[in-house]
Amino acid sequence: MARLEVRGLRKSFGANEVCRGIDLTVAEGEMVCLIGASGSGKSTLLRCLNLLEPIDDGVILLDGVDIAEPGLDPQPVRQRIGIVFQSFNLFPHMTALENVLLAPRRVRGRTREALMPEVEALFARFGLSDRMEHYPDQLSGGQQQRVAIVRALAMTPEIMLFDEITSALDPELVGEVLDVLRDLRADGMTMVLATHEMGFARELADKVCFLDAGTILEEGPPAELFSQPRHERTRAFLSRVL
Amino acid sequence: MLAAIVLLVPLAPGWPAVKKSFANGEVFAKTFPGLLDAFLLDIAIFAWSAPLIFAAGLIVALMRDARAPALYPLRLLGIVYTDVFRGVPVILVIYLVGFGVPGLGMPRPWNSPYLWGTVALVLTYAAYVAEVFRTGIESIHQSQRAAALSLGLSESDTMRYVILPQAIRRVVPANMNLFIALQKDVALLSFIGPVEIFRQAGVYKSLLANFTPYVGAALIFLAVTIPATRYADHLMAKQLRARS
Repeated sequence: MARLEVRGLRKSFGANEVCRGIDLTVAEGEMVCLIGASGSGKSTLLRCLNLLEPIDDGVILLDGVDIAEPGLDPQPVRQRIGIVFQSFNLFPHMTALENVLLAPRRVRGRTREALMPEVEALFARFGLSDRMEHYPDQLSGGQQQRVAIVRALAMTPEIMLFDEITSALDPELVGEVLDVLRDLRADGMTMVLATHEMGFARELADKVCFLDAGTILEEGPPAELFSQPRHERTRAFLSRVL
Repeated sequence: MLAAIVLLVPLAPGWPAVKKSFANGEVFAKTFPGLLDAFLLDIAIFAWSAPLIFAAGLIVALMRDARAPALYPLRLLGIVYTDVFRGVPVILVIYLVGFGVPGLGMPRPWNSPYLWGTVALVLTYAAYVAEVFRTGIESIHQSQRAAALSLGLSESDTMRYVILPQAIRRVVPANMNLFIALQKDVALLSFIGPVEIFRQAGVYKSLLANFTPYVGAALIFLAVTIPATRYADHLMAKQLRARS
């Protein structure tokens, strides 16, 4: 059964309709990659899934329950669906550790002492053990992004969304962040990624969706979509980026 | 320019008289300790007003930032408040509150000019401080709010733990300038009673028929405000460097 199912999602900013009826299904443990040109609606779709943007029409089903219903409290949903952003968005006035502890403490009401073992394990898992007391501006882009991932994981989300998380990084730092995603993939995390890393999508995705002008024009297993795209626009996009 | 003043002013026909009544060394020495003593009252009034102003300013800023449609009345109140108290001269607020409220015939200690003078200062300065806080809050990028909310934090926790700590730090220099202005405006309370430094200087002036105590009072203010102003400038420059 689908963990996450989107039907007919529409979202406009003023007169600009960014998502024009998107249908998407994500199964348990699946990794879905969204590809497409800038402005095709990938980021907006992810922000809608996390309820950071209210949608204009359609449904978002999480385990069969519509989470996009107007008037519904978005807080419990956001605890179940984590998101990591392109520009890290760490809180600059807090150390890496404080960034990670804030939400579990305030939202779940857990104590620092109770959290420390698992949080330390997360930092260690992503090679950040010696960076816990550093402030964001003392960390490299790759380290900041890994802390942002740890911060999201500390809320033990069931689904993770990644919004072009390597796009703001220097090329030599992209690898360390992609390794984190590989690790999560091996762990069976359900993930939706907006990405420009075609090689990565081809290697690891279960399903690749090509977004064009606010709709999913074509989707399929990476081997199929990358080698035999059905649509002319998909072909044109792939020939530009591959 | 300065040289011209130094050279030419003593040539003016009234100079000897002015010198005698404004720069009389003997009067200065005699009144300065008393002025310093009276200045302690200025410092005390400042010391208890400043935290109240900080708190009230923060509350008004948060009222003006209320997003929920149901909180619109609060927001409107915040807007009206800042408009009114930024639009009226401090001295008028001090007169209206300081004479008006005790005039209602309240018993001691509720008719104290210290109390109502403080209220007047807090009312006025909180409006300015609120605007400074509001600019600070608005200067924090939307992505910080999105990141906090995406972790499941409530709107109020997002404001308290993520937005406000950054906003307050960012506006420290601007607020320092306001508090320097407050330190000077404390002297306005003398108009409704308290014998603080300006009033004390006036008393000496009448006693000794000499204006030198006012010069002494000015020097005492400068001794406090100049270092504070330099420090605020230093903080501002540091922030600019950090951001560029």
